[in-house]
Amino acid sequence: MTERDQVVALIPRLRRYARALVGEPGAADDLVQDTLERSLGKFHLWKPGTDLRAWLFTIMHNVHVNQVRRRREFAVLNDEALEIPVPDGQDAALTLRDLQRGLEHLPTDQLEVLLLVVLEDMSYQEVATALGVPIGTVMSRLSRARGKLRVAMDGGAASTRLQIVK
Amino acid sequence: MSDTRIPEADLQAYIDGRLAAARRGEVEVELAADSTLAEQVAAYRTQNDALRAAFHPVLDEPIPDRLLDATRPSRRRAWAIAAALGWIVLGGVAGWSINEAYRPAPSPPRVDVPLAQRAAIAHAVYSPEVRHPVEVGADQEAHLVAWLSKRLGAPVRAPKLESIGYRLVGGRLLPGESGPVAHFMYQSEKGGRVTLYVRTEGSDHGETAFRYADEGKVRVFYWIDRTLGYALSSADISREQLYTLANAVYRQLNP
Repeated sequence: MTERDQVVALIPRLRRYARALVGEPGAADDLVQDTLERSLGKFHLWKPGTDLRAWLFTIMHNVHVNQVRRRREFAVLNDEALEIPVPDGQDAALTLRDLQRGLEHLPTDQLEVLLLVVLEDMSYQEVATALGVPIGTVMSRLSRARGKLRVAMDGGAASTRLQIVK
Repeated sequence: MSDTRIPEADLQAYIDGRLAAARRGEVEVELAADSTLAEQVAAYRTQNDALRAAFHPVLDEPIPDRLLDATRPSRRRAWAIAAALGWIVLGGVAGWSINEAYRPAPSPPRVDVPLAQRAAIAHAVYSPEVRHPVEVGADQEAHLVAWLSKRLGAPVRAPKLESIGYRLVGGRLLPGESGPVAHFMYQSEKGGRVTLYVRTEGSDHGETAFRYADEGKVRVFYWIDRTLGYALSSADISREQLYTLANAVYRQLNP
């Protein structure tokens, strides 16, 4: 398997993560494309034998952080983004749209940790390495992400208990 | 919450199934005694399941060509060689033919190429401007259009794109390779910007089809309509959205 094949094999996972991170599919693929181009440009920095997946996710993290920062420069204050959606009536089903809306309420640094742990099934240490933060920070971001997502999804009302889908 | 409450990190690890077996028992004892905590753990596990269920299908989607292209080094090498030859600056024939040799897709005529690049550069320079994005604002649109038409020596118009979410911010005059260039900027409610680059072409080229170029982070749709070359650029919307805008621009200019 050539190095390129290894990278191509990881594209679906990069896309899955980007989709959850960014939301809009076109923008998510833009992020993946930027990541791939960036990684190709610095492929000589990757040490064969080390974890290519972690390396690519680190690059994607850096690309995304830069993009978010740049976007913020001319972002218009948007009150809508501060509203927390409340599920209508009895229907507490976790639809994809509800979930995406919930994810939009998480700060990027918390969302990244949650997605790497849950979607990528990375160990906490791997997440810490990929994002370049101490493991304690990973744990506290994870905890905050879950709490916030729960509030965003069900309004935080402890009474509306969600069903476990197994 | 009781005093014996387990550490938060242990709780998270328990939710993810990453807690050592010995500690799991402690957590379970605690959960049995604390219904609020048990509810929280259940909710978080539901979150995990929902996230996986929602995004797992992405793994089975076919990989878009543009992402596969991005892993091919030849394209980048072509750019590097072209840049090294000063192709971007000179727009010379030599650089173009090298680039063409590497480019698999049918290529636009040589005359078009600098148009997309020039437009992308102008977009990259002016669209991030917060305080001075334009020389003349949309509040003086009639003056803007008259001024730019006069300088280009051809009737120039600023298409109206409000119906598809973009309002005119204004425009400016830019130096082009062979004369002045009119540059219009549009902005969406969310702050996304697209720019329309209009320049005169030396001679009548008839009409060309829409062409598309990725110029670094900037996407460009460009076309030539007789003596005017147009390029619509954006760095923050998808190719499909930009195509919709380009179509709207074209339709307004050719009613």
